[in-house]
Amino acid sequence: MSVRLEGLRLATGAFELALDLHFSAPVTGLFGASGSGKTTVLEVIAGLRRPDAGQVFIDGRVVWGCRGKVDTPPSRRGVGYVPQDGALFPHLTVEDNLRYGLRGGGPSWAKVAEVLGVGDLLGRRPVTLSGGEQRRVALGRALLAGPRLLLLDEPMAGLDAPLRERLLPYIRRTRDEFGVPMIYVSHDADEIVALCDEVVCLERGAVTRRGRPNEVFVPQLPRYGLPG
Amino acid sequence: MQELTHITLFTVAVAALATVLILPFGVGLGWLLARKRWPGKTLVETLVALPLVIPPVATGLILLKLLGRRGPVGGWLHERFGVDVVFTWVAVVLATAIMAFPLLVRTARVAFEGVPERLEQVARTLGAGRVRVWWTVTLPLARRGLLAGALLAFARGLGEFGATIMVAGYVPGETATLSLSIYHLVQLGRDAEAMGLVAISAAIAFAAVWTGELLVRRGRT
Repeated sequence: MSVRLEGLRLATGAFELALDLHFSAPVTGLFGASGSGKTTVLEVIAGLRRPDAGQVFIDGRVVWGCRGKVDTPPSRRGVGYVPQDGALFPHLTVEDNLRYGLRGGGPSWAKVAEVLGVGDLLGRRPVTLSGGEQRRVALGRALLAGPRLLLLDEPMAGLDAPLRERLLPYIRRTRDEFGVPMIYVSHDADEIVALCDEVVCLERGAVTRRGRPNEVFVPQLPRYGLPG
Repeated sequence: MQELTHITLFTVAVAALATVLILPFGVGLGWLLARKRWPGKTLVETLVALPLVIPPVATGLILLKLLGRRGPVGGWLHERFGVDVVFTWVAVVLATAIMAFPLLVRTARVAFEGVPERLEQVARTLGAGRVRVWWTVTLPLARRGLLAGALLAFARGLGEFGATIMVAGYVPGETATLSLSIYHLVQLGRDAEAMGLVAISAAIAFAAVWTGELLVRRGRT
């Protein structure tokens, strides 16, 4: 799997996103502060937002280009998207949520239920789930649609530390068991180090650094000036 | 008594038919206004709202000029099909529909605006085409608001008077709705009978609005 953004330009309210990027690692972290353009990048890849210029390739095939003359709809890009709060359909049960995009060729129902621990939640409504459960169901729903790429937008956002601790192993197992490449958006360096093979740092719509997470995020030791 | 039943049922039937007639257009337009950007949107919005703000009698007069035998639409219908609309029950339904339309469109618009676009986007990434997303996500989530809008339009239709009296007049047994009959009875000095009709109107309208409120409230929790 590879995603390539070529000469991408997109004016947002605050800045212009300007990127030439190639994602090819199994799990790439997209790191940056709020408003740095991370979510916008995911939306462009998923086909939910149209760039002003440039081209978007998935697996070498152009899905957006020529000023929109090529524009593969999100339903045919094969890209799973899990937004921040999970965005479960509130009027459907967990089971119907999971089944929404279900199609042959994806991972098996049983395996998804087992890895994400959602088997006991099937009859429930999304509003009755905890934050962590909602994220797991959302992840399962995206997986069952059989995507060739998963986009996770800050899956830990809004969860307190113990819940994050409990959710992390599920995401790690998803990465290991299903082998679906991921782009993982976060503003938390620890999460990226824990999950990602590579990290791309964004600042105001431009790439500032990229590399292996433990090289990019060198622990900052406090510096003490010598007296005199 | 028989006349009373007839008037009541006719009024309810007119309001219901008018609501059913405008439902697809009102829902469609409400969605277009909530979700799409297109040239002339503000103009259409203003035009649709007009019946809410100009005197109903004026709307009725415009309809009369359009649908009358010498009007462009009425003339065509008369020559082509030998059909006359003015002063028939069809005119009552049309006037009622036009007067109720703005309320339905506005409520539908708000209902659609309340559906998070994120959910529709996620449905798209799960492989659903636009039509499937509309039927399985947008419509179910806007359902209560749309139903409340339909009930509001229906309740508005029950009380329609100004436009109807212009284009349909008071023809007993043909165009006599509750409000037209109330007016007619008061003109004849039969106030007590008119008050009876007032009570019936109030009861039906109360039930419709009450149901609408219940739906909206249940939708919030």
